Amino acid sequence: MTQVIDSQTGGATAPSVSQPLLEMKGVTKTFGGIAALQAVDFSIFPGEIHGLVGENGAGKSTMMKIIAGVYAGYDGQMSVAGQAVHFRSAADALDAGIGMVHQELSIVPDLSVAENVFLGAQPLRNGIMDWRGMNALAKKQIASLGLDIDPTTRMGSLPVGLQQLIELSRVLFSGARMIILDEPTSALSPPEVERLFTVLRRLRAEGRSIIFISHFLDDVLEISDRVTVFRNGRKVITEQTAALTKDSIISHMIGRGSIDMHMGETAILQGDDTKPIVMQANNIGDGRNLANISLSLRKGEITGVYGFMGCGQIELARALFGKNPLKSGKMQMSGKPVRFSSTAAARAAGIAYVAESRRMMLFRTEPVYKNISISILNRISRIFVKPKAERLIADAHVKDLQIRPQTTDTILGNLSGGNQQKVALAKWLTHLPEVLILSEPTRGMDVGAKEDVIRIVKSLRDRGVAILVLSTEPETILTLADRVMVMKKGSVAREFTHGQLEKADLLSAA
Amino acid sequence: MTVSVDTAGKGGIKRFLAEQMRNIAPIFTLLALILFFSTQSPVFFSVANALNIMGNASITGIIAVGLTFVILTAEIDLSVAAIANAIGITMAFFTAQPDYVNIAYIALPGGVAIILTLMAAFGLGSITAFGVTKIGIPSFIMTLAMMQIANGVSALLVRGQIAYEFPALVTMLGSGTIYGVRWSIIVCILFFIIAHLVLTYTRFGRYVYMVGGNREAAEYSGVNVKLIIASVMIICALCSGIAGMLGVAYFGSAQQNGFDDFLLTAIAAVVVGGTSLFGGRGGIGNTIIGLLVLGVLNNGLDLINIDSFLKILIRGLILLIALVINVYAQKLKEGAT
Repeated sequence: MTQVIDSQTGGATAPSVSQPLLEMKGVTKTFGGIAALQAVDFSIFPGEIHGLVGENGAGKSTMMKIIAGVYAGYDGQMSVAGQAVHFRSAADALDAGIGMVHQELSIVPDLSVAENVFLGAQPLRNGIMDWRGMNALAKKQIASLGLDIDPTTRMGSLPVGLQQLIELSRVLFSGARMIILDEPTSALSPPEVERLFTVLRRLRAEGRSIIFISHFLDDVLEISDRVTVFRNGRKVITEQTAALTKDSIISHMIGRGSIDMHMGETAILQGDDTKPIVMQANNIGDGRNLANISLSLRKGEITGVYGFMGCGQIELARALFGKNPLKSGKMQMSGKPVRFSSTAAARAAGIAYVAESRRMMLFRTEPVYKNISISILNRISRIFVKPKAERLIADAHVKDLQIRPQTTDTILGNLSGGNQQKVALAKWLTHLPEVLILSEPTRGMDVGAKEDVIRIVKSLRDRGVAILVLSTEPETILTLADRVMVMKKGSVAREFTHGQLEKADLLSAA
Repeated sequence: MTVSVDTAGKGGIKRFLAEQMRNIAPIFTLLALILFFSTQSPVFFSVANALNIMGNASITGIIAVGLTFVILTAEIDLSVAAIANAIGITMAFFTAQPDYVNIAYIALPGGVAIILTLMAAFGLGSITAFGVTKIGIPSFIMTLAMMQIANGVSALLVRGQIAYEFPALVTMLGSGTIYGVRWSIIVCILFFIIAHLVLTYTRFGRYVYMVGGNREAAEYSGVNVKLIIASVMIICALCSGIAGMLGVAYFGSAQQNGFDDFLLTAIAAVVVGGTSLFGGRGGIGNTIIGLLVLGVLNNGLDLINIDSFLKILIRGLILLIALVINVYAQKLKEGAT
């Protein structure tokens, strides 16, 4: 049904046209006094694929949101084809020929391919839907990308790689000369990546410009003509791809050898294979986002799982906690086979879980003590809740963890983010679990709260809990983990057990 | 480290009002209605009329107790009235009926009839619970189907006839009085007390609120969310069934369509009282106020000279206003924290 009709072989054509399609000069964007982007110069030429790389929070997404018109308030100049512009909305950017394909596709799975191509702009004839015209036009539009897809196919029945290309063709249909692709390869299999690259080369040959934002440096190196590296809100370098290697890009990204080096850049792993295994997973998969994952969590050890956004970490955590059912593989707790049909079953087996989003863990409109006691109610009460015991336990945790304000009556939603995270941890501390799964335990916290959380997690390890920490932040993994597993597209890419581990190792393994 | 909030600081009163609006508004409504009808009708403000209002509200009250549990978990049960009727009829089916009614029955001792009937209510609730939690049918649709099923059971058992005989105990509780007070009022108050204790002081009650407040968080805290939802659906069916048993005795007859008005009134009572349709907020106290608001409104409109067709419209408008307050209170609350 689907095939690539034509494959362009166009290599890395150096931008030879004199005038850039888009040019930015001294662009600065601040949020509440903190600069997310500082005096950035950037340009992209017609017929250029420009890679944009950097760690989370380096400024890539701020930059692309300015270009796409999402952020209207910024300092500095931007021009499109020599004309000064200042976009107030995404519609402004689209009018100027700048379109975007997000990592999370905005498709309607239950509509046809053609309807998705024309979403919101269906052609009408005499006020009614012109199905035949729409299907014919859509087919032509899709064919111009070198694809042969029946436009009446239901969108949801297509693999995600094709859905992405349909969305791309929608952006093109709306007249985009320049397209921003955000992490376009994160959900694609290698052949799908190749097909996407074929399409991108074709668009480049037509003279369109493409900004290719990605964590996958191999992909960036393969497709881009030039690469720009961001670090801490600043542009570090813009360079011809031919002059770069994966190692050199990583060096620029993390500022190795520069004075920017700080804590959490490197760690000495001390995985100890003699410690007893508490929880073991053998080749588990959920049939969609996870495949063949094996891991062993050991008593008194922190296992770190690193990977980019969307690599399957969240799904892994959910599967281990019995939230999502397993399709394949086996799990054992202390040597006995287990299979969790619900989170309550996992909880009863001694597993505790703190999800990546506090919203998913906490009851915002309830007081702190109820948030803490929810997971131990079955221990402190048979039928009637024992308010005194409940308060005593909550009070002790609030003091222990230095939760501010130090009262258990405060409505949870009134606490700061770091204190909320401590409450989310506190609920598992009264009766220590055998296994503690922490998803993004320090994301979005100020330094003080971060240190507190790290201290708490380490003290739990020292008290014998087997801990799994999943994070997209290398620093978190390097600070906490005794052994590290790197995930990539739902599978284990690499494991580190002993010796020195650097941030660069994590980035290049993922 | 940042200390984010002091609750007693400026804006404290505003926040308090925002948080308490769902509790305050219904009480004000009730007081306003009582004041209004007292000035409009000479017989309204009397003990006899108060007992009359409570008697009329008592059957709905028992249904509303079960419904409060369900709505607190952010689910809904549309089958309450149909189940009440079907269970009332089932009880009549297990009781000897007089010869002059041409109706099928199995003559059983009163105690056996009551137990079998309660088991039937439990069974209907279990089917709903199974559909909602195991199969995953939204409660809105599942209970719509259950409504039709219960109506079908009713229709098959009475076949257009009317049953008049019920076990003596039920007849007494449904239509008897003690010291001039209807037994049904006492039963209803008993239900209020037990339900309030369960919701406020037990682990199960806490889980009900937490599941309603943030289902995902409850699940990630290791609460068996499905078990809690299944339980509230069964509790609701049992309450509806008991209301149906007392209700047919109260009416003096069991027949098709005997409880037609009760679905709307019971839901209205819970919502008017201020229990959040989004779950997690409210309780039995709110439901009692809601029942009294509706009871006073119905009674008062009967006592003052008003177009009886207009009454229906007025009830609808009151319900709409309550819904607006309910949703608005939720937004205020979310804005406040």
